[in-house]
Amino acid sequence: MTAPAKAPGARRPRHGTPLGRAVGRLLDDKWTGAAGLAVALLAPFVIATPYALSVMTSAAIFVMLASGLNIVVGFCGLLDLGYVAFYAVGAYTSGVLATRLDLPLWATVPAVVAVTALAGVVIGAPTLRLRSDYLAIVTLGFGEIIRITANNLEITGGPSGIYGIPGLTGSPVVFYYITVAVVALAVVGASRLGRSRLGRAWRFVREDEDAAEAMGVHTYRVKLAAYVAGAVWGGLAGVLFAAQVSAISPGSFTFLSSALVLMAVVLGGMGSSPGVVIGAVVVSLLPEVLRDFADHRFLLFGVLLIVVMLLRPQGLWPHRSREAGP
Amino acid sequence: MAQLIWNGLFVGSFYALVALGYSMVYGIMKLLNFAHGDLYMLGAFTGFAVLGAVGGVSPGMALPVLLGVMVVTMAVTGLSGVVLERVAYRPLRGAPRLSLLITAVGASFALEYGMRTAAGADPQVYPVRLGGTALEVLGARITVQQVALIVVAVALMIGLNLLVTRTREGRAMRAIALDPRTSALMGINVNAVISRTFFLGSALAGAAGVMAGAYYGKIDFLMGFMIGLKAFTAAVIGGIGNIPGTMLGGLLLGLLESFGTYWLGGEWRDVFAFGVLILFLTVRPTGLLGERVTERV
Repeated sequence: MTAPAKAPGARRPRHGTPLGRAVGRLLDDKWTGAAGLAVALLAPFVIATPYALSVMTSAAIFVMLASGLNIVVGFCGLLDLGYVAFYAVGAYTSGVLATRLDLPLWATVPAVVAVTALAGVVIGAPTLRLRSDYLAIVTLGFGEIIRITANNLEITGGPSGIYGIPGLTGSPVVFYYITVAVVALAVVGASRLGRSRLGRAWRFVREDEDAAEAMGVHTYRVKLAAYVAGAVWGGLAGVLFAAQVSAISPGSFTFLSSALVLMAVVLGGMGSSPGVVIGAVVVSLLPEVLRDFADHRFLLFGVLLIVVMLLRPQGLWPHRSREAGP
Repeated sequence: MAQLIWNGLFVGSFYALVALGYSMVYGIMKLLNFAHGDLYMLGAFTGFAVLGAVGGVSPGMALPVLLGVMVVTMAVTGLSGVVLERVAYRPLRGAPRLSLLITAVGASFALEYGMRTAAGADPQVYPVRLGGTALEVLGARITVQQVALIVVAVALMIGLNLLVTRTREGRAMRAIALDPRTSALMGINVNAVISRTFFLGSALAGAAGVMAGAYYGKIDFLMGFMIGLKAFTAAVIGGIGNIPGTMLGGLLLGLLESFGTYWLGGEWRDVFAFGVLILFLTVRPTGLLGERVTERV
């Protein structure tokens, strides 16, 4: 492709080297998602030890968490540092209903959606009017409130949590496929939401809230929508988690987990669906691969967060806008 | 009752000391320094290391030695704060706020788990404990050491307030808080002033860390996380960016927690504190003494 003659000051949009452009075109193709799904579907045929299956199932659930947080942080630019709270709300709601009322786990899903959406509104409604940094710390506090509450209430089983949650199926392989199907739907759903009219409003709010408001975007409502959507995604991931481990306790829902999900989103590229999926897979599999470094991995994560922000603030696989070139 | 008030004031003065760093950095850079609580942790560990190097301390000499250690620690944490700003925050000035916030979270993690790597995951026990004789004042048990710690905390806060309101340096800080670009045009070296602000805030957090170590006796690498949240809450209650407001907020949060614990039980203490934070942000986001900023909805 020859560059058209332009005025000296005009710059062509930068997309890196020709090779990079070619790779980028390949990756941007809609077949990337299908390829990723195929890898996930074929993985059990390659290794199907119980350990590998459980690691892969956890990774899939983590992908779902990351794509939910991506709606909030990546699309809308609201930093949520207590995202795991919604995961906890989902897992606990489902666990409590399933064990107390003897419901099958899938029957608790409507209740989980309702409760997590409500939690999203409860925390979002008063705080989304505030500046982003206040929101960050309030969500952090909210995460702690949920964890401490779960630790102290009787219905949530206190520090020992809830056990004996019925699984969705008896077979880990079937459960893995169910998880992959749900997660794939969730990722596609998040990605389509991101490209919808609402998604464009989210990006607009992220880029310039004042301008968005001046152009007639109801920023408060739009932000709340992002928040509630993220909450529901997190809650559904919580149901999967409860089904996978069958015992949940407050120890699973610490600030550390919130930070890891954030790490996945930032590393992959905020606002980029394929990037976030890759980021989540990397963040969840890395500790398994680097077992020897287990003690230092959070130090590594912290340093990595800083380095990514300094060197590649858009993440490893940034979002490429389809809308308009410069 | 008197005991509750006294406990509240005592804990509150710690909160206030840590909150000041939050407030100063926020006032001047509009950045929430998430790693601030971890500088408090760093202070506690530095004090621990220095005390270990000094060797055995006789109980009678505990307080003077502790004050000496505190000065050394303040220098160390202050410099750490400056380095942190230089490495992690300054390159991102002008970048989107979200990037800065995420960097700050990363810095917090790096400090916490770096300390874990350096000092181990187990809690350490401070070699110097401030226990000692208790006085009865209006029905409250007060130890001489508690009084000493409060006096030190108040002296540091008054010193800081004088520095900010009376000196040239303080005027530069206030100018940058109002408008960094114009301040630069007026010949203020913005970077240098921000560095010094980080030094002061981090040094105060370090001092609080040493005091907490000596008072509670046990330190661990995650101790900064909760106090960071509490200090931020205190800063918001009083009015973040406002120094007298932050001190007031710290004391108030200490009192609220003290009474909240009494009414609801200790296990709900942190929930209570964050509930107060959310309530405050909803009702009066600029805090008790903060000036009203018109916030667009």
